[in-house]
Amino acid sequence: MKWLKRIGLALLVVLVGLQVIPTRTNQSTEVASSDFIKTNKVPEDVGRMLLTSCYNCHSNNTNYPWYSRVQPVGWLLENHINKGKAVLNLSEFGGYSVRKQKSKLKSMANQIEKDEMPLSSYTFIHHDARLSQDSKKVLVDYLNALQDSL
Amino acid sequence: MIVLCLAIVSWGASAQMDHAKMGHSENGHSNMESKMTQKANVSPSIKVEHSLSATTIINNYLLLKDALVEDNGKKAASSGKMLLDVLGKFDLSSQPAPKQKELKDILDDAKENAEHISENGDKIDHQREHFEILSTDIRDLIVIVGADRTLYQIHCPMYNNNKGGNWLNESKEVKNPLLGTKMPKCGNVIQEITVK
Repeated sequence: MKWLKRIGLALLVVLVGLQVIPTRTNQSTEVASSDFIKTNKVPEDVGRMLLTSCYNCHSNNTNYPWYSRVQPVGWLLENHINKGKAVLNLSEFGGYSVRKQKSKLKSMANQIEKDEMPLSSYTFIHHDARLSQDSKKVLVDYLNALQDSL
Repeated sequence: MIVLCLAIVSWGASAQMDHAKMGHSENGHSNMESKMTQKANVSPSIKVEHSLSATTIINNYLLLKDALVEDNGKKAASSGKMLLDVLGKFDLSSQPAPKQKELKDILDDAKENAEHISENGDKIDHQREHFEILSTDIRDLIVIVGADRTLYQIHCPMYNNNKGGNWLNESKEVKNPLLGTKMPKCGNVIQEITVK
């Protein structure tokens, strides 16, 4: 039992040590002019859905949960956000070419409709990010209409 | 400590759930006949310049298309990778200056779609979503830079819950890459792209 205690203690020391390493946060103080909600004058209900269900991983502004301050969970989250922003950054949407905007709108509608997004690993913890059938329809219809209008 | 462990375990478990729900079926077959008879917007044939500048792009696009016809996601991924490579080698500077901006937008979008296809060999539905967008990019590219062969734009009204989708084919014969072996015959020629 002695070695088990030692390993446990060593693990604890490592985990505590990890907590003091500083992490970068994905937060900006102002809303960019290229922001999706701003440039497209998105209606309030749709904007709210986007902010709750999409913006945390697909924009330059993450509303961090408490456990993001616990490592290594925080790093996993950071990695997740970087990947999300690489494929779609709603803070920079207005700066995309019209072609890219149309492609992204199509992909967004598809991913939401097929329940691929928001990720189940995300809604598993963030219940408020789940989209009901009604919300999904409102959001997808809006994205399709916007795509046709561009 | 316990909370931390729980958080890590739940993260891993839910990540696995994401993988487990891949490969769901495309859409229902209700309203099939009524949709099949619906006419898509048929545009007149168009003529493009004879050019070899898009030859390798067309070759790899058609290989990708054939892989999707066979429901072969792995092959589609490797064709997508090759397409990504040749798209990256396209010589923009040899094109007329006023067209370069639009061509760059097309190439950027096409590359992004090809990249997604190359990275999702185990998610054929996702590959097909990007293939459908990619097909519009390749068509628009050819209209500007020209082609070395006749191509046909084919429309399947049943794709994506009857929203429909288009692709390019080397012949009029319909073998559907968007629905694959589930619905190989869905589609009709909406535009013939011939070379001057």
